[in-house]
Amino acid sequence: MKPAPFEYKRPQTVEEAVALLGDDGARARVLAGGQSLVAEMNYRRARPARIVDINAIAALEVIEADGESLRVGALVRHVQLERGATDGPLGRLLTRVSRHVAHPPIRNRGTMVGSLAYAHPAAEWGAVAVALGAELRLASVGGTRVVAAEDFFRGPFVTDCGPAEFVIEVRLPALGADMGVGFVELRRTHSSFAMVAAVAVLGIADGRVTDARIALANASSRPLRVETAEAVLVGACATSASFAAAAAAAAAQADPVSEPHASADYRRHAAEVLVLRALAAAAADVGAACA
Amino acid sequence: MRVTLTVNGEARTWDVEPRRTLADFLREDCALTGTHLGCEHGVCGACTVILGGAAVRSCLMFTVQCEGKAIRTVESLADSEGGLHPLQAAFAREHGLQCGFCTPGFLMLVVAALEDDPELAEDGGRLGELLSSNLCRCTGYEGIRRAVVAAAGEMKARTEET
Repeated sequence: MKPAPFEYKRPQTVEEAVALLGDDGARARVLAGGQSLVAEMNYRRARPARIVDINAIAALEVIEADGESLRVGALVRHVQLERGATDGPLGRLLTRVSRHVAHPPIRNRGTMVGSLAYAHPAAEWGAVAVALGAELRLASVGGTRVVAAEDFFRGPFVTDCGPAEFVIEVRLPALGADMGVGFVELRRTHSSFAMVAAVAVLGIADGRVTDARIALANASSRPLRVETAEAVLVGACATSASFAAAAAAAAAQADPVSEPHASADYRRHAAEVLVLRALAAAAADVGAACA
Repeated sequence: MRVTLTVNGEARTWDVEPRRTLADFLREDCALTGTHLGCEHGVCGACTVILGGAAVRSCLMFTVQCEGKAIRTVESLADSEGGLHPLQAAFAREHGLQCGFCTPGFLMLVVAALEDDPELAEDGGRLGELLSSNLCRCTGYEGIRRAVVAAAGEMKARTEET
């Protein structure tokens, strides 16, 4: 349970950091909150030759709403999102979801961007990112590029981010003031990993669903936006019947695997129940009646 | 690699390997063995210390990350005459510990939380969530919960006096 030796670097700028990442041969890893990486290193499942500690790069502490989106830099800790990073539905969603991310001491160090980059299939932030249509900005020696969350996640712990680049920020699109948000998670104990989690964002006008975004964590090999469920809802009346139909569609699109404490069938069933509850929570959040 | 940091109010410069976790540094280099190591992957919370006002897992940080930072361990809680911190006294009184292995982690977790928000213990839900951060495998959490509620009142009264 002790990490293998490594070379430690603490760059002051993103440019220095990407230069230190080098190519494949450098076997370098970026250290931000370290709440997953250091555990992996303690197990020696990760044996990086070089650690690039980005904690001194002040520019990555950015957390800023510009009306169109919320920019969350690579050093923004979960606790900052928990305490209210922005106003309106997006702020409410981030606070609600944060409370499901591990437990308080981990949230004091761990970062949203680090969680996205780690790409654990049960991670809450991945589901939020694909539900909202977030964009990740990646830096390398060649400059920066932007990748949609939907294209970023490839599978468990596998992303579009190459060894010589790292995610410097994520942009979460703002939500209209009249949108409702819901998030529910099934877990064995308070700080366990999600068996399944569901996020729902709804726009409802005159009793009809005008906008629906639904995503699941740990219901597939990567965060899953369930477009089939969204399609069932948009234009439909916001009723318990339409929500139930959407939840059934979400469960059909889910592709869970069996885990020691839950079979695939159980988790698919849980996905349906959770989507239904997330939709009810989102409808209640928007203040719309759900007959 | 050279690193300068403050442990329990004392600033010093050390030469440590980059892979030295903060927990091992405190125990092996500083001889502060009150910080315990259980799981070494961030789950159990026995190694919790206070870094710049926030409770963190010292098994999930490297010492070299603490350059210029201030760390407090369980050894900082009692006063110089050995008088217990109100939370320590409450743990003893309310049966908040049995074997004691998890106790230093719980103490640092709760001290940081109460310093940040003295009202925390009045909200049972939030307190329950906080205490679920760390594992206790013998005493049970009710004694710990009672101790925190009692100590929170005393700490508040003490702050109001000064």
